[in-house]
Amino acid sequence: MAQPLLKTEGLGIQFGGLKAVDEFNFEIEQGQLFGLIGPNGAGKTTIFNLLTGVYQPTSGQILFEGQSLLHKSPTKITEMGIARTFQNIRLFKDMSVIDNVKVGLHHSEEYHLISAILHTPSFFKGEEEIDRKARELLRVFDLEQYAQVKASNLPYGKQRQLEIARALGTDPKLLLLDEPAAGMNPTETADLMKTIELVREKFGVAILLIEHDMKLVMGICEKIAVLNFGTMLAFDVPEKIKNNPQVIEAYLGSDE
Amino acid sequence: MKKKLVRKLVMQLVAFVVIFIVLTLLMNTGVINTFWAGILLLCGINVTLAVSLNLATGYLGQLTLGHAGFMAVGAYVSALCSIYLNLPFALTLILGALSAGLVGLLIGIPILRLKGDYLCIITLAFNEIIRVIIVNLKITNGAKGLIGTPNDTTFAWVFWLMALTIFVVYSIVNSRHGRAIIAIREDDTASELSGINNVYYKILAFAISALFAGLAGGLYSHYIGVLVPKYFDYNKSVEILVMVVLGGMGNLPGSIIAALVLTILPSLLMSFSQYRMLVYAIVLIAAMLLKHSDAGIALRAKLPKFHRKNKEVTE
Repeated sequence: MAQPLLKTEGLGIQFGGLKAVDEFNFEIEQGQLFGLIGPNGAGKTTIFNLLTGVYQPTSGQILFEGQSLLHKSPTKITEMGIARTFQNIRLFKDMSVIDNVKVGLHHSEEYHLISAILHTPSFFKGEEEIDRKARELLRVFDLEQYAQVKASNLPYGKQRQLEIARALGTDPKLLLLDEPAAGMNPTETADLMKTIELVREKFGVAILLIEHDMKLVMGICEKIAVLNFGTMLAFDVPEKIKNNPQVIEAYLGSDE
Repeated sequence: MKKKLVRKLVMQLVAFVVIFIVLTLLMNTGVINTFWAGILLLCGINVTLAVSLNLATGYLGQLTLGHAGFMAVGAYVSALCSIYLNLPFALTLILGALSAGLVGLLIGIPILRLKGDYLCIITLAFNEIIRVIIVNLKITNGAKGLIGTPNDTTFAWVFWLMALTIFVVYSIVNSRHGRAIIAIREDDTASELSGINNVYYKILAFAISALFAGLAGGLYSHYIGVLVPKYFDYNKSVEILVMVVLGGMGNLPGSIIAALVLTILPSLLMSFSQYRMLVYAIVLIAAMLLKHSDAGIALRAKLPKFHRKNKEVTE
């Protein structure tokens, strides 16, 4: 049995006296699609920030393919194969749609600065390859006709998709989606569900997503982790989560 | 894509050659007198400065106020190499540029941790430190000014090194490295999490920007008879920054045009040179007002479109 793709052991972070995340034990394997839910302020985005190196945990361990992620920079972690999107969209607003994806593809063709200045064959080859890959990614998300449009001029739903496309450009093994359906109408959400499943099939990435839209989470996630006040309440298949009294009390019950 | 890009570059090269030939002919036949030839030379130096600063301020998005400091390093290093070591002109230019680049690299490592106002102030301080050091050194002849630098700078040198600067900055900006630099300006958290090494690219852009400022400094010191440290005070840094801001941050043709206008205009208005800074302020305010006013937008709509990137999406 191979080691899991990502494993956290007793992961925790403390801000002053506040334990934002405590004793978080979690495992995800290649190609799996898990959800992470919990009431507002439960620590979901904090976990994403811990996994991507934005925050350093104050306790516990994160293992990605057996390697520790502690004390690694966000850039290094991205290179190792974890990519993410953001709750509040963070696109490169003044750049064109295709250039946003090309930034994600930064490491896919590593021609040198000197060859860019001298316009050597490796520059042209690299740029053509990056252009081809970027267009391919845009095609997956049906964004090809917007290639030259400024990213901030895209409709909201498309911006979310562009963010996923940019993240996929880094060729991740694990994709973290932070509330991908936030602010979307039901049709857009349905589209998004299809996109997520497509991404998983086509790129073979494992996906961990934070979401408040229960229909989406229950519909596509294989397993769901429920977080409340920084601790894990439950980690199970959707059917069992739906019927877990603790979860209902903490989260679903208070909602309805 | 390759063909298109190569054709574009060749076209630009042809344009530069044509401009160069026309200007040289006009100068040789005396249509452009020596007064104006001198201004053209300064134009070229200022374009080099503005274009190089645009890399750090326009594309990387770091507001720096120390560009004249790097220019001073390049100017004095190359002048001293000429006077004391009798090195050939081209070599002194290279040495001046490299030492400015090195200084940029060394001070970039600590100061680029700062952002916004803080970075602005510390680069301003750096500019003053360089100037004060020059004033107090014996070898630079302090405030009295350095005399005896050979007048090696010709219009051809300035023109083609300006073209080189434009070409290099253009090439960087339109490569994966340039996209990384622009991404840092747009959102440094997102760029880091897209696999961009922010620290590396910030220092890289800053050092390259300093290197070309040093090159411009070398050209300047071999043109002007007496090299005085006062020239490199913060007013000069502000002047270069104004060129970049007026031409548009991250807009190469813009900073070229702004540098030309802001060099030629003060020369025309020599009689009220004491109001120069006032004119800068008014021009900047006017540019900001025109950018968003209805009249300004209507005016721009009439001009030919250079690119379609700002096209709105309607759904």
